[in-house]
Amino acid sequence: MRLQLDVSAMKASVHRNRWRRTLSEAFWGGFFLLPQLIGLVTFSLIPLVIVLWLSLVHWDGLGEVQFVGLQNFIDQLSDPNLRIAFVNTTIYTLITVPGGILLALLVALGLNKVRGKTIYRIIYFMPVVTSSVATGVIWLWLLNSDAGFINVLLRSWFNIEGPAWLIDAHWVIPSISIVSIWSSLGSNMVIFLAGLQNIPSTYIEAARIDGANRFQLFWKVTLPLLSPTLFFITVLSIISSFQVFDQTFVMTQGGPDKASYTIVYHIYNLSFRQFTFGPASASAMILFAVLLVLTLIQFAFQKRWVNYDL
Amino acid sequence: MLQEAVKTSKPVFQARRPRQKQRSIAGSMLAALIHVLLIIGAIIMAGPFIWMAVTSLKEDSQAFQDPLSLLPNPIVWQNYPASLQAMPFGQAYWNSFYIAIVVVACELITTAMAGYAFARIRFPGRNIVFVLFLATMMIPFQLTIIPRFLIMQRLGWLDNHLALIVPAALFDAFGVFLMRQFILGIPKELEEAAIIDGANRWQIFWHVILPLLKPPMAALGIFTFLGQWNSFFVPLIMLSSPDLYTVPLLLNQFREQYTSQWALMMAGSMIAVLPVLLVYVLGQRQIIQGIALTGLKS
Repeated sequence: MRLQLDVSAMKASVHRNRWRRTLSEAFWGGFFLLPQLIGLVTFSLIPLVIVLWLSLVHWDGLGEVQFVGLQNFIDQLSDPNLRIAFVNTTIYTLITVPGGILLALLVALGLNKVRGKTIYRIIYFMPVVTSSVATGVIWLWLLNSDAGFINVLLRSWFNIEGPAWLIDAHWVIPSISIVSIWSSLGSNMVIFLAGLQNIPSTYIEAARIDGANRFQLFWKVTLPLLSPTLFFITVLSIISSFQVFDQTFVMTQGGPDKASYTIVYHIYNLSFRQFTFGPASASAMILFAVLLVLTLIQFAFQKRWVNYDL
Repeated sequence: MLQEAVKTSKPVFQARRPRQKQRSIAGSMLAALIHVLLIIGAIIMAGPFIWMAVTSLKEDSQAFQDPLSLLPNPIVWQNYPASLQAMPFGQAYWNSFYIAIVVVACELITTAMAGYAFARIRFPGRNIVFVLFLATMMIPFQLTIIPRFLIMQRLGWLDNHLALIVPAALFDAFGVFLMRQFILGIPKELEEAAIIDGANRWQIFWHVILPLLKPPMAALGIFTFLGQWNSFFVPLIMLSSPDLYTVPLLLNQFREQYTSQWALMMAGSMIAVLPVLLVYVLGQRQIIQGIALTGLKS
């Protein structure tokens, strides 16, 4: 009897202790999480709810709110401006992503082979840390059609009349792509280099002993082992290339005649120039949907070519 | 067995020798070729910066008529004081600098705190909240920027640096994730000793965990600083008074106002770019290791 009582008292005390512990863990958890949790709620979750709601209304920020259902989406999807922006952004992505990845991979493969990595790395990485406005201003002058460095160089060294770059509707997107590839080459290169250095040298040696030549070594060993890095960079590059804004804003303001008008430029125009928050929110959600679908497609196809068995 | 292996290894080595020599000649030819290509690439990468520096010292007429020349003739230092006078760069520098420093300091503490909560404290709802943090990393910021603008308007923080500082200081899902991963790798024994000594959670965090977080803090801190310093879109929509402008905003305004004065523009760009490039060259090892470590893109 006595013994039993003691056991139940012990049980109760253990229970109480556990309770106190849970309570204390909840307190400290809340305490440590509080600042970032406030941030998450105020600057991400609440804005998500608001943008959903905004996409369903007409509102200029001051006047009355008018509920319009899906009208903003219908309007946006048939808006010629969004279509132009979408086409421009797609062309820009088709040039920038493959071009940028291929160049970064080549540079990383080269750097992986030679001495003196550090000095090359410092130079190739410089544009990454530089403000996009500053690089935009520099390239604005380099690409000037009359007296810019590039066209004067082409004229006096090769006797070629260069294109009008940023003021020619056909050349403006390729021009901005060149600037973007130049700006982001360093960061992709560094990620590729890290991926290359993670490949165990035993794999390479084994292939070499089996008589593989350089070409086979690259296609059959290095590239498959690098495929997770390649996948990672492709996903991130496509996302960031669909969000291009700074370069077009600084160098062309979307011109000439909307030839470099991009999706984010469109969202910026609708929201912060014209203060039509409803259509702007709808087009932002369309952009999000496009990015989501593109990323999901890439994840669906990754098992066909990405090799994770390391 | 081992002896045998040692014995046999020698002839094998000798047999391969001539082939290796052949390969090393081909190898050094290849290395030379790669160097040549890399140097051409380096000239293209550094060229715009060199051209900016050279042009900033030219006379306007030379900048326009002779853009290829690498020698400013005469050397015009006047472009620098002139562009400092044309635009309040001093003020913009101070704005950019103090905003970036405050954001980095607050962000490092708050992300470390949240990372600690997720890694070590078993509070109810932990997993759900963590998944929420991860999920927000996939949302493009264009989706939340319009409501954020409206929230700032409501708070009366438009055209105020608080609109730039507070969100960045209080919300960085990637930073939280990075800190959590790093704290998970710290052995628990280090904290248990402190618990036996009667320390509470805050004391453990402050005296045991925080000193061990130097590597992720250095990487995250440098990236946040550069990101804040170079940030353009958010300041562009939040700020409207020129005396509140950050360096990229001011440079953009400079571009609008002095469209045809190349030398002056390039001096202005030099002023805007130089401090970051200096910081970068001094801290490049940490920056590049950080990028490789985290896969972070600035």
